[in-house]
Formats: sequence, C-alpha cells, structure tokens
Amino acid sequence: MFGKLSWAAIPFDQPIPMITSATVAFAIIGILAWITFKGYLPYLWREWITSVDHKRIGVMYTILAMVMLLRGFTDAIMMRTQQALAFNAPGFLPPEHYDQVFSAHGTIMIFFVAMPFVIGLMNFVVPLQLGVRDVAFPTLNSVGFWLTATGALLVNISLGIGEFARTGWLPYPPLSELTYSPGVGVDYYLWSIQISGIGTLMTGINLVTTILKVRAPGMTYLRMPMFCWTALASNLLIVAAFPILTATLAMLTLDRYLGFHFFTNEAGGNVMMFMNLIWAWGHPEVYILILPAFGIFSEVISTFSGKPLFGYRSMVAATMVICLLSFTVWLHHFFTMGAGADVNAIFGIASMIIAVPTGVKVFNWLFTMYGGRIRFTTPILWSIGFMITFVIGGMTGVLLAVPPADFLLHNSLFLVAHFHNVIIGGVLFGAFAGYTYWFPKAFGFKLDERLGKVAFWCWIIGFYIAFMPLYVLGFLGMTRRMQHYDVPEWHPWTIVAAGGAALILCGIIFQIAQLVYSIKHREELRDVTGDPWDGRSLEWATASPPPVFNFAFLPRVTDTDPYWRMKHGSSGQNQPDEELSYEAIEMPRNSPTGFICAFFATIMGFSLIWHIWWLVIVSAVGAYATFVVFAWRDRDEDLIPAETVAKMDRANRDARGASLHELSLTS
Amino acid sequence: MTTLPYASSHDDGPYRSGRESNSYRNGAAAGHGSAGPASKRVVVGFGFWIFLLSDIVMFSAFFAAYAVLVGATAGGPAGHDLFDLKNAGLETACLLASSFTCGLASIAADARNKLWFYAAMAATCVLGLVFLGLEATEFAGLVAKGAGPTRSAFLSAFFTLVGCHGLHVSIGILWLLTMMAQVFAKGFRADIKRRFLCFALFWHALDIIWVALFSVVYLMGVAR
Repeated sequence: MFGKLSWAAIPFDQPIPMITSATVAFAIIGILAWITFKGYLPYLWREWITSVDHKRIGVMYTILAMVMLLRGFTDAIMMRTQQALAFNAPGFLPPEHYDQVFSAHGTIMIFFVAMPFVIGLMNFVVPLQLGVRDVAFPTLNSVGFWLTATGALLVNISLGIGEFARTGWLPYPPLSELTYSPGVGVDYYLWSIQISGIGTLMTGINLVTTILKVRAPGMTYLRMPMFCWTALASNLLIVAAFPILTATLAMLTLDRYLGFHFFTNEAGGNVMMFMNLIWAWGHPEVYILILPAFGIFSEVISTFSGKPLFGYRSMVAATMVICLLSFTVWLHHFFTMGAGADVNAIFGIASMIIAVPTGVKVFNWLFTMYGGRIRFTTPILWSIGFMITFVIGGMTGVLLAVPPADFLLHNSLFLVAHFHNVIIGGVLFGAFAGYTYWFPKAFGFKLDERLGKVAFWCWIIGFYIAFMPLYVLGFLGMTRRMQHYDVPEWHPWTIVAAGGAALILCGIIFQIAQLVYSIKHREELRDVTGDPWDGRSLEWATASPPPVFNFAFLPRVTDTDPYWRMKHGSSGQNQPDEELSYEAIEMPRNSPTGFICAFFATIMGFSLIWHIWWLVIVSAVGAYATFVVFAWRDRDEDLIPAETVAKMDRANRDARGASLHELSLTS
Repeated sequence: MTTLPYASSHDDGPYRSGRESNSYRNGAAAGHGSAGPASKRVVVGFGFWIFLLSDIVMFSAFFAAYAVLVGATAGGPAGHDLFDLKNAGLETACLLASSFTCGLASIAADARNKLWFYAAMAATCVLGLVFLGLEATEFAGLVAKGAGPTRSAFLSAFFTLVGCHGLHVSIGILWLLTMMAQVFAKGFRADIKRRFLCFALFWHALDIIWVALFSVVYLMGVAR
C-alpha cells in the first residue's frame, strides 16, 4: 500500500534532524494558523498563490530563495563547526549524517537559492525593463514557479522522512547506483531536481520568448538594458543545458529503478559518461547563474555612477561570447579522468579563454565608474565587493584550468574555496545587490541603508575569513568533504574558517533585521516617485510598486537608457495630462493551474521516491486533468476599464511630475 | 474589474496598449523590435519552437549516450543480431504518413472544415497507434529473446532512446485526442488554432527525431 514507506523511515533516533524538522513543521503550522486566523488566506490565494503577474511570481521566487538560503546556510555552519571540532575527534555529526549535510547544502544552494534568486529577479525586472505588461506565457510562469517550490519542498521533506543523498550535490555513480546507495536519499535528489528542472526549463522558454518577441515599440536589441541581454543569454543556456540534466538524471533513475546499465560497474555501463553529461549541463549552469548577476552589476554601477554603461556593445558581445564558450569547457571538471594531454590542453585553453570576455566586463564596469559621481549605496557596495572578490576567484579559476595544477588541486579544499569565491562573490553578491536595488520598485519603499551596509561588511569580511583559509588548506593537501582528520597543521585554519562562517551568520542576521526594520519604518522610507535611485531604464518609469499592467501606455523607445532620456526631456514623452486618452487594458486572468499542478507533482514525486505506484498513477491523472481543465477555459483575460487605468496612472504621473520639476530646479 | 469573454477580435496583440496600438497592431514581424510586441500567434509559435529545440537537445543527450554505449554489449547481442529493418521500415512509413495526415488536418483547420479535420486527425491517430503497436511488438520480442534493457549497457541505451521517442508519440496521441475534443467543444477559436499549431509542430518534430533515430540506430545498427 505505501511502498517502501513505514515508520522506520522517520529518524527518531537522530536528534538533529528530528528537532529541526519538528521546529520547521511547527513554524509552518503556526504561520498557516496565523494566516487563517487573521483571514489572510483568501487574499493570499487570490493575489499571490494563483497570481500570474510576473512581478508577484518574481517576488515569490525571491522569497523562496531567501528561505532556502537559511536552510542551506544552516548546513554550511554545521559543516564548518564539524570540521573545526573534528581534529582527532568524531565531532558532533556522524559520517552518514555529515554526508547528507554537504549533499543537501550544495543541492539547496545551487538549485533552490541561486536559481530561484536570479530567476526571481529576471522575472520581476525583465518585462518592466522591456517596457511591456507581462512575460510571453504568464500561466506557464506560475507553473514553473510552483514546480520549483515542489522541488524545494521534497528536499526538505527528506529531512524528516527518510534521508537525503550522501553522494554530493552531483550524484556521481557508481556511488549513487542502487548497489552503493540503496536508500531513498538519491531518489529524493533525483525527483526533486527533475521536477524543479522542468519548472526551470519552462521559465527559460518563457523568458527567451519574452525577450525576443515581446518588447516595447522601438526597443531594438541594441537598446535593451544590459540586464535583459544577460537574462537572454542565461535563459538561452537554460533552454540548451537543462534538457541534458533531465536526460542524465533520467538515465540514473532508470539504472536505479529498472536495473538499466548506463552508469553501473557491470554489463558495460560507463561511469565517466555520467561525468561528461552532467558537466555538459553543469558548466553552462554556472553561467546561467553568473550572467544575470553580471547584468545586475551593470545596471547598478551605471545608475549609481550617473553614467551610461561604458562599452555597452562590447558588453553585449562579451555576454554572448561567454554564452557560447560555456559549452566548450565542461571537461575541466575532470581533467583527472585521463582523457590525455591533448584533450586536457584544449579544454584548459578554452577555460582560460573565458577569462577574456569576463575581463572585458570588469574593465567596462571600472570605466563606467571612472569619472562618475558615485553614490555609495548598499547596491554599489555589493558591486565593488563583487569586483574585487570575483577577480580573485577568477584568477584561482584560471589556475585550476591549468591541467597539471589541477591534478594537484583536484577535489581539494582549494577547489571548494574557488567555487565559493565566484558563486558567493559573484552570484550571491549580485542577487543581494539586485534585491536591494529593486526592492523599492517591488514594494514602494527602500530598505534601510545603515543596516544594509552593516550586513554587507559582515558578509564580505566573513567571506574572506571563511574561505581564504580553505585555499591554504587546499595547498596543505586537505581534500573536500572530510568528516574528521588527524593532521595538526589543518586544525587552526578550520577554526578560522568557522569564525568566518559565524561572521557571515551576523551578516544574515543583519539582513533579516534590515528587512524587519524597513517594513516597520516603511513610511519614512517610502518612494512616491517610482524612481528612488535616479534610474536609467524603463522599470523606473512606472509607479512603485508598479500597477498590475506595468505601463498605462507602452513606452516608445528611441535609444539606450530610455528613462534617463525621458527625464532629461529629449524624447518628448512628458506630455501634459489632457492629451492622454486612456484605453482599457487586457491582462491575463489569475489561475490556480500552477499551484494545483505542483500539488500533484509533489504527491507524484513523493510516491515515486517511496515506490507507491498507485499514487503515482493517481497524481499523474490529476496533473493531466488540471491541464485539460485549464485548456478548456473560455476566457483568459480580464479587462481593466479605462477609468481605472487613468486613476492609477494619474496619481503616479503627478508624483513623478513633482519630482521631475524638482530635478529641473536643482540641475 | 469587468471581465471579457475570450474573443478573437482581441487576438491581434498580446496586450492592447491604448494610444499607440495602431502603429504595431498586426506587427507580426517584430524581430528587431521597432514594432512592439509580436502577435499572440507569433509568440506562441515561437515559444513552442524554443521548447522543441530544448526537446531535441534532450534527445541529443540520449543519442550521445547511445553512441557511447553502442559497443558495450557485455557479451550479449549487438544491433545487427537484433534489428529488423522491415519492422523499422514499416514504423517509418506509418510515422511519415501520419505527418502527412497531420498536415491535412492543418489545412482543414485553416479552412475551418470540421469533417476533414476529424478525418485527418483520426487517421493521424490510427497511424500513430500502429507505430506504437509495432514498436511495442519489437520491444516485447527483444525482451522475450533475453535482450531486454537490463541485459547490457547497449540495450539500456537502445531501449531508452527509442522508448523516449515512443513516449513522446504516446503523449502526442493523448494531446491529439484532447485537441479533437477541444475542436468539437469550442470550434476553431483563435486560441484553439494556436494550440493546434503547436501540436502540429510537435508531431512533425517527432518525425525529424525518428529520421535521425532510424538512421543512427537501425541503419547503422544492421551495417556491420
């Protein structure tokens, strides 16, 4: 009846997962009870859960990412503590638990923090920057988000029911095969990544179509803001790379469920094929994450330097070159496979070549700041912190791209330090910069600058204290993922690294404090103009938060930095009010399809993990029925009457007019 | 907020946009962006093409796996011991013919001729089912011979690659039947026609993949 599922699946004997999952369960029940008691449930259902508005979906993605960041960081600080304690000692995490912790940490941080964070920001910002009213496929967008949430949920269910993979964030066979991992851990990994991967693919298709086909009049390719270009490159990579992940994980699933022999030791299976396939997805994946961050930095640096982006066209070219090259370097993840000197040399050189367009970008950012009147706000601090940190991470990357050096450093903590250096210093700093930069656009008030800056300094100093020792440890020969060790030279460095993690914890606490404080003091931080940073692109040309239709009239774009030009009066957009004749606007109707699909996907994933076959069939039928019901709808758009549009738009125009007037007085 | 019934008169752009709408209404060729958002038909068709490309990338991963593992027979049978070109040829004929009938259905949909549409779709469905039947027979025969997917890495890759295509055809048939029911219930409404455009693209794409599959797996398999 319930497949492999029984009471034995719940780890009653292990206090850490039991207490954690009980706490989380009580917290969720408490929040749900509070929401229900306060009567917020209908509002949440109507305005958020069933919303197909790209802005709402973007916000929900970002919230998911930040909640999962807490989970992933908890894993991180447990690992740092374990390694600080486990010199000639068992520490507090037994090996089988420690292995799950590092696997869950990597999986969650990449798939459920970094991905939803950048996808959330792209979802929120791209249609606004393109000057249009929504993405190409709004309901698909909702389905994609809820499938991502399903994946995150399944990973977290594994904490209390069963176990998670002990194979690392990429389940390398033969360890991940049934012979060596007979439990449900790898299955949790496979199905949660598979389901959320489908969601990611949907987002990729959606945003590529949006950027290529749905843009404001006059928004030609070379007038698009840099963030839209990097979003395009990132989503092209999603479309081209995620299907490889789907196929690879499907092969491993077939091995585990039906006794196939893709990656087994017996019957001709080929283990190294898994490494090749997974990194053919995995290397583009790191560019899927970093390219949008590059876009965020471009926007932030240009805005706060008060200058157009230096070398816009070279930036576009560099982005697209990285997009292509990212598919030509996957083998550098396993130089030690023994592909031979020639193959390793080619992939080593290709990896180093990626440093060229990246260098172009760094110089472009520097030259954008050069001669600018820089305002040192929190977003620009993250950007400067990024440039310094990322250049260091990039250089250790070039070092790793030298195959002979890689033979020494492969699988060591040097590698761990390198990829945290580029992912934290690049992707996460970028996400935080974007979060601070676009927060006032999403909610109509700024985040507190003081607490934001404190959080930034805790993060960046904590980062260096936590990860520079790992470079040293790598040179001292410490391999990654060690549960305990007996080398006295390593011990001081692991203690320092744990101290760095504690400082990062302070940074996270300050970020939470910043959010809470800013919500409490939102009236003082209110932005009435819709343009709190003196921005340049079109998202600042509408109210904060933007009306559901984004723009009452689609802006007509004549050049790059269109909003800057409007403000400075070169495009004649600021016509007096009486000339405006508002028309009704059609917007896509909200739909619970995404949520219901995700509901069935969760049940389906869970029953696949536990081999509850009848429930798999039931939920598959349910998901199909949901699609048919959706396909049967007779109206999929609501009409917002002209008077409503006019009322919503006039208020913003008045506030904006006043601020523009001020601007012209001061300049 | 009033609601608006689904109407084809509003089909000329994803979003009507007030004052400037005339300048880019019917702006189908919005490639370089001077014309504003493209029409819904273009957006939907383009998006579905992107999906098809991603699907082809997925197949290419299975093709790559097959190419790597084709020699890994683990002492078991190889392609030339197992493949029957006659059966594969029949499958090919069915699938290509079904693409033709699917094309007829597209013309019927354009002409808004329900009778022809149903007839052509039914023929497509029957041909698809025959294809699936032939494939199932082939698979069953192989398993009965002891050459199932668990026999060797080569057979794992073979069953996965060909089976994945078969799974696509099965999903296609489910979609086809749903599509017929939709046309029956809703008629040739603009959104139904867009959906049918996607279905037709999907069905033809399965043909493209089958051509590659027939060449790489069966033709190259029987050649020693």
